[in-house]
Order: sequence, then structure tokens, then C-alpha cells
Amino acid sequence: MTSIAVSTTINGDDVEFLCRADETLLDVLRNRLGLMGAKEGCGTGDCGACSTIMDGRVVCSCLVLGAETEGREIETIEGMANGSDLHPLQSKFIEHAALQCGVCTPGFLMAAKALLAAHPDPTEKEIRFWLAGNLCRCTGYDKIVRAVQDAAAEMRGEGT
Amino acid sequence: MVDVTLWAGLVPLADSQKHLSVQASTIRELLRKLQDRYPGLEGPFKNEVAVAVNGTIYRNDWSQEIPDGAEVFLMRRLAGG
Amino acid sequence: MSFDATYKEKKLKSVGTRPLRPDGVDKVTGRARYGADFNMPGQLVARVLRSPHAHARIMRIDVSRAVALKGVKAVITAADLPDLTNGNAALYAILDNCMARTKAFYDGHAVAAVAAIDAKVAREALKLIEVEYDVLPHVVDVDAAMAPDAPLLDENLFTQGIDPAPTTPSNVGNRSEFGHGDVESGFAKADVIVERSYKTEQTHQGYIEPHACVASCNVDGTAEMWVCTQGHFVYRQTCADLLGLEVSKLRVTSSEIGGGFGGKTHVWAEPLALALSRKAGRPVKLVMSREEVFRASGPTSQTSIDVKIGATKDGKITAALATLRYSSGPYADSWAETGAMTSFACYDLENVKTVGFEVIVNRPKVAAYRAPSAPMAAFAVESAIDELAHKIGMDSVELRIKNAASEGSRSSYGPIYGPIGIGPTLEAARTHPHMSAPLGKNQGRGMACGFWFNFGGQTCTDLNISADGTVTLAVGTVDVGGSRASLSLIAAEELGISYDDVKAVIADTSTLGYNDMTDGSRGTFSSSMATISAARNAIVTMRERAALMWDIPVEDVAWEEGHAKAVGASYDNRAPLSVKDIAAEAGNTGGPIAGHSELVADGAGVSFGTHICDVEVDPETGATRVIRYTVIQDAGKAVHPAYVEGQYQGGAAQGIGWALNEEYVYGADGRLQNPGFLDYRIPVCSDLPMIDTQILEIPNPNHPYGVRGVGETSIVPPLAAVANAVSDAVGVRMVHVPVSPPRILAALNAKAKG
Ligand code: FES
Ligand code: FES
Repeated sequence: MTSIAVSTTINGDDVEFLCRADETLLDVLRNRLGLMGAKEGCGTGDCGACSTIMDGRVVCSCLVLGAETEGREIETIEGMANGSDLHPLQSKFIEHAALQCGVCTPGFLMAAKALLAAHPDPTEKEIRFWLAGNLCRCTGYDKIVRAVQDAAAEMRGEGT
Repeated sequence: MVDVTLWAGLVPLADSQKHLSVQASTIRELLRKLQDRYPGLEGPFKNEVAVAVNGTIYRNDWSQEIPDGAEVFLMRRLAGG
Repeated sequence: MSFDATYKEKKLKSVGTRPLRPDGVDKVTGRARYGADFNMPGQLVARVLRSPHAHARIMRIDVSRAVALKGVKAVITAADLPDLTNGNAALYAILDNCMARTKAFYDGHAVAAVAAIDAKVAREALKLIEVEYDVLPHVVDVDAAMAPDAPLLDENLFTQGIDPAPTTPSNVGNRSEFGHGDVESGFAKADVIVERSYKTEQTHQGYIEPHACVASCNVDGTAEMWVCTQGHFVYRQTCADLLGLEVSKLRVTSSEIGGGFGGKTHVWAEPLALALSRKAGRPVKLVMSREEVFRASGPTSQTSIDVKIGATKDGKITAALATLRYSSGPYADSWAETGAMTSFACYDLENVKTVGFEVIVNRPKVAAYRAPSAPMAAFAVESAIDELAHKIGMDSVELRIKNAASEGSRSSYGPIYGPIGIGPTLEAARTHPHMSAPLGKNQGRGMACGFWFNFGGQTCTDLNISADGTVTLAVGTVDVGGSRASLSLIAAEELGISYDDVKAVIADTSTLGYNDMTDGSRGTFSSSMATISAARNAIVTMRERAALMWDIPVEDVAWEEGHAKAVGASYDNRAPLSVKDIAAEAGNTGGPIAGHSELVADGAGVSFGTHICDVEVDPETGATRVIRYTVIQDAGKAVHPAYVEGQYQGGAAQGIGWALNEEYVYGADGRLQNPGFLDYRIPVCSDLPMIDTQILEIPNPNHPYGVRGVGETSIVPPLAAVANAVSDAVGVRMVHVPVSPPRILAALNAKAKG
């Protein structure tokens, strides 16, 4: 099978890669580009562990084909921190113990980032429904919701 | 003397006895004496047994002392999650 | 030197605080490496062929076409895993479960595996393997499997624990019995008797990370494995036993683990990866798909339980009886026995009897799931207790307080209790504001208690003090939920240094002595004990070094608050030496300073919890929402309270899923109908409210800081707490979990029909 050449932007950098037609964006990120922060929990769009942001929208990268990303802008967990400065969501997740095993965390952070871009001051209900596509089996979500609330307050400049 | 109660699975291997009295001051001595008396217990004693001494469960520490008159239960070692 | 683990009350500086976890940054930046995030040069990709039949004899397997496919480097069947188990039935069950030998026992049972240059070739190769099956009648339900005419899984299985021994085979592996007193005379004294049958469905641990490993066998007999596991030392032992490797030549490194909950205490595919690597002469990566995780890795038991409880009018229980049937997959284990032991453990009973039956069925081999076997037993017993309270007209908390076990009570599984926390958790529930908050229309409240044993076990740690006075702590219990932070706190506490000066890592099997796995809530309990012991050993050395530096007798050097102090009037002008001061001179005072500990952490304290749950049920659809939830549990001592709360909340959420939605659904053909997160629905963020927690601290007398395990008990009460709340809301007793919408609607319809 011949490969397809794809030009895209990942975390602000121009990236070119070759992939087969049946390869997902998740496969490409993990197996071809060495970006292993997105995890495969199901491969069927049901767990959100592979969440990335494409053109500002959260997507399950296991449901996007690598070839579909031609000309798109992709954000992954690896690009979330600004150099050595963690994003407020990242700091708050650690501070609130919002992760136990942490395998769901990259996906939650991507989804939460998209949420706060759309709703800087979300209600608890909005947070819970925005994050409903991301499964966490360890935490019971309590501390995740609190971390997102706290990060949102900080990003609005309200401090804590 | 310590009074020992065996879990049901061990009873057939100990001549159908459920309660036994043994002179022993450590878990190791207790298990050795029981095994001398009932050789069939050797198998389960290898890695299937846990010992409750006055309510505290020991799974490995066979040098644990058994106070005189203590109540001892031999239980199956269980799996955890 | 023997280590004194006795609890001593003292003021703690580090323990009990909430610092940032050491692995936090790696985990929020995507750098933490889990099972599937590791690769080796020249690695092949493995895929496993699985039986589509629930029960079938394997007549013939022809792999020749797969072997011939370009890019395929190895194909294995059971023939490549000769039986080295030497009569060890438990090990044989693991071997047979990893790769079916003569029969496929469940939908998803592995029958062959391939290693190829990439996933695409591996998948094509699987299609070329021809398996001829003789399909046999199957049975998946625990009650059906006990029927006299049920299809037999094993013609040589005769129930153990029955006198006289049965002469005909059955699907019942063993019978076990616990209790004391005389239940018949107890029931005769009862004014009120409640008697009912309950059923719970099979659920999966549901860790988000599928099983994954990379295995590499070398021609010289050495091998390496990278794997997500709860116990790399145990995996090493099992794999070495199954493959005939020398234990010390197999080096196993545990990856970061994306959840386990008991499901990663057993090997599933790891021996296959090693066998493929051995055959192909190259490293092999094997990652299960989610569907494989559901079909072929450790679910919990399906159960059917009868409970009978009698009490006097004033609420004193006179007798309690339970018969428990637990499915264990195709190989008999001791799940029913554990259920029988735990069922009435919360109560002080004069007359109690529990009988367990271990039943084999055509479902995957059951694995431990967080306080294994206890939640189902607690569902049945706590539902019956709830009903009893209603029948007597007594508050259900009061009834439980009246019958709660306490220090000196004889447990229903035999031994007498030391200091325990069931009473205090109930007292806390009684006064908790949740208990008296008003309820709205279609809402109901339930509460329930739970018990788990907790384990200790073999444990080993190394504590190395670097030249700058910072400390590396190498532990051998896998960190499943923040234990590196807790253990760093413990080391800081003992040495009297700052938390930030300690870095904890999980050592691989070649760099540290043997450790039992992280199960039975033992991780922090056991490794903290070993860490305390290692730190105390290091302090002995540091006192010696300080004595050398000062040129005074070591007896004159005391250790206080992280410093060596010269004691005695003649030394009063000497400034105390810090860990940093002593470490800086180590090269000239005898070399590196370290503390080691190899011990058996025993005497783990039993643990109790009480949960309160409010639900709202939509009478039109039968859909249930949990609207408020409170967990009260004894931690002994909460080392890092944020992660203790996390354990409470996580266990409660899993229990809520079990109570409301989660279940394995089998078709008439014996195939699993819902092997994915879409149809096997675990709770999502929008399903749950905040989960309130209250940590009680009743010190465990057998740990220097009073620590008990905290990881498992929280999954025990929710099934009953939720079901009791639903029963309260709809006015019908719910006896079958999950109490999913169809079951609730059926109960409401039956009630409407009278
Ligand atoms: S791996 Fe993409 S949603 Fe689960
Ligand atoms: S922290 Fe483990 S799945 Fe979320």
C-alpha cells in the first residue's frame, strides 16, 4: 500500500509525515512522531484518553485519520506547557490530586483546555458535561472537577 | 497451650479435627508441630495459610510469638485487589 | 536487627500533609511512560487469536499458512508452552488461561498468537490460522451452572469440602463454611426474620490502560520485560515458572500503571509475549485491545446469594445465615470462600453461619477486583439489614450501631477483633448532616457498611543518601495511586528532612529484593513500614559517622529532628550536624550512606467504612441519578490525605457503576455482547455528584504510625448503599444489581400490578 504525504501543524510547528490510508491520527502521533502523551484506552472513541485538539475542537485522535489532518492545526498534551511553565490546568491537576494513575490525565487536560477556551467561567454542570467524553476509573471525578474550577478562576485572574 | 481452629478446607487433612490444642510459642513452632502430627497439612502450609493470633492476621511472619493461652485461627491466604 | 512495628503516638511533621506528588509533572505533560509507551530496537508486534466459542474442544490447529506469510516471525500455540507446572493447580490454571490447551473455555480464550513486523501483517496472519473446534454445550450463569443437568466444564471436578466426598462431578469446585454459635436456636429466639435471595452481575475492573508489555528473550537465557503490572516481582516469578526461565535472569521493569484494581495482579498475555520473543529471537510488543481486555482479562464473579437474618423487636440480631454462590470462570478458586468470610464481618453476632460455593462457568477467569468478593456479599447482607430495620421500625443506622462489632467481638470469619473502626464510622454517619438532609420527590436515601481485611507481605526498600544530603528511596511496590508521594513523606518524617529532599522511585526486579505485589491495600502500609525501618538503619550509620567526625563515642550521639546531636555536658559547644553535613563527609568517614530494609510487613489492620447515598429515580424511564454521596472510612493514619480521599472517592465511583450500570451481558450463544466502553458503561463525569469524604483515624497497633490499608474498602458498601436508596425511592426492594433502568421498571410494573 502506498503511503500518503501529509503536511500539518502540531503544537505550532510545521510537521510532515507519511502514513498509510488506514492509520489514525493517534497511530501517527504515537508510532511515527514519538508523541506518546495521547493514550489508546479503547480505539473506538469511547474513553477520551486519546483526546487532542484539532483546529480548536477536541477530537478523539483514534477516530481521526492521519491523512485527514492535512493543513490542520493539531494541539497535543506535549505542547500544553509553555516551555518550562506549566499551564494552569496542569498545575492545578497536580495540586488537587486530580490524578491517581494519570493515564486519563492528558485527555482530560486537552478537553478541559478546550472547555475553558469556550467557557472561561463554567458551572459545575458545564464542566461535568464537557468532560463526559473522558473516562477516569480512579478518581470518581471529584478532584478533577475541582482542579478545573480552580484553574478557571486562576485564568480569569481571580486567584485562589 | 494454644487453641487452634482450622479453616474448613484443612479439616479433612487433620483427621477431621476442627479444634486442636498445641504447645507452641511461635507460629513456626505451631505449624511445624501440626504438620508433624498431620503430614497432609504440609501442602497447604507451604503457601496457602495465614495465621490469626488473637485477631491479628499474619501471612508471612512465622517468627511471631504466640502468647500463652492465645487464640489462633488458621485461615486461607486470600487474594487482594 | 529486628524492627519494632508497634504503634507509638507522636507528633508528626510531614505525615498528614498534602505535598505535590513526585510523578505529577511527568503525568500532566505526557512524559510518563505506561505499558504501551515503550519500544525496543527491532521489536515485533504480537496479536492473539481468540476462541469465538464459549465452550469447545480444540480438534486441530493449522498455523502453516500464517507461518508462510511474509513478515511473520513467529506463531505459537499451546504446544509452545509445555506444561511445567508440576501439579500446581493454580499455576496450571494460569497457563491454561493464557493459552487454551485442549478446550476453549470462554468466548475470548486465547488459542494461538503471532509476532510479525507490524500490526497489519500480524492481523492478516491471524486470519490464516485454521482452528477446528468441536463446539460443546456451555453455561455462563452461576445458578444454571449448579443445576444437576448443567453442561460440565470439567469431568474430573468433584466438589471439595463436602463430607462424604461426592461421587459425581459437577461445576462446583468447593464448599466452604464459616461461623459460630447455633443459627437454628438463634432464629427460634427472633421476633422478626428477613429472608431473601439476591443476585449481582459480573463487572470488570475497567482500568483505562489495556494490558501491555514488551518482552525480549536472548539466546543466552536472559530475558527482559517492560510491563504494566501491580507486581513486577510476582509477574517475574510466574513467567519464569511457566517458561522455564531462571528467575534472576528475567528482569522485569514495571511501567507507570494506568489503573489495575486487582486486574493487573495476574498474568494474561505476558507469557505469550515472552514465548513469541523466544521463538522469533526478537523483542515483541503485545498490547491488548479494549475488546480483548473485556473478553479475556479478569472480571469479577457473578453471584447469587441467599440471606436470612433474625432479630428481636428491639433490634438485636439473634441469628444470621448466608449461602453464597460465586462464579470463578473456568477454574475453581476461592472467591466464594472470601465472600463467605466477609459477609457478616461488620457485626457482633452470637449465631452466624455462612456457606460459600465456588462455581465454574464459561466466562473469563475471575481476577481480584478491589476487596475481591466483599462487595457482593455486603450488597446482600446490607440490603437484608436495611429491610430488617424497616420491618422492626428502627432507624437503620441505630440498628447497625446496636449490632456493630467492636474490640473483643468474635468476627464471623473466626478470629477476635482488636481495635476496629466500624462503630466510629457508624457514629459519624449518625451525626453527619447528610443523614438528616431533606429529600425531594422520587428521591431516596440508603446507607451501608463494608469491611475488608487488608494485607501486608514481603517488602524491601533501599534508601540512599547522596553527597548533597538528598535521598533516593527505591521501593518495590508498584505505585498505583500516589504511593511515591506517601512514601517520600514517611522517609522525610523519619529522617527529619524536607519532603522535597526525597525522591522515590519504583525499582525493577534486578535492583531490589523481592516484593509482593501492590494488592490487598498493602502498598503504602507495607512499603512505609520498610521505609521507616530503612531510615532508622540509615540513622544508625549517620550517628556513627557523626561520632567519627566529632571523634567522640557513638553512644554520645543522639538523633533529633534530622540532626546528630552530641549529648553530654562536655560537648555543649558542638553545633548539631544535619543530614547534609554528614552526607558531605561520607567519602572520608566510611563511604556511601544507605539504609536498607527487607521485612515482612504483617499485622495489617482490618478496615471498615460506612457510606450514605441519595438517589433520584425517574419513574417513567427507571433511570437513576446519584445526587449526593458520602464516604466515611477508617484510615488508621492518612499519610497523604488527598490520596486517601482519592481512594475513597474512586472506590465509591466504581461501586456506583456496579450498582447502577455495569454488567457483562452474554448472548444465548455464550458470547459477550458488550465488550467495549460504549455498551459496558462505566460512570462518566456527568453521572456523578461530588463525593464527600470523612477520614477517621483509629491507629493500627501494628504500624509505627498507625497506618491501615485504605485502597479497597471503599468499593464494598456502594452496591448496597445505592440499592437501598433506590429501594427507598421506588418503594420496592431491589435485589438484583445493577439496578439498571429495565430492572427498576420491571419492579415498578410488578408493584403496580400488585
Ligand atoms: S482511545 Fe480514542 S477514545 Fe478511547
Ligand atoms: S487517574 Fe487513573 S484513570 Fe484517571
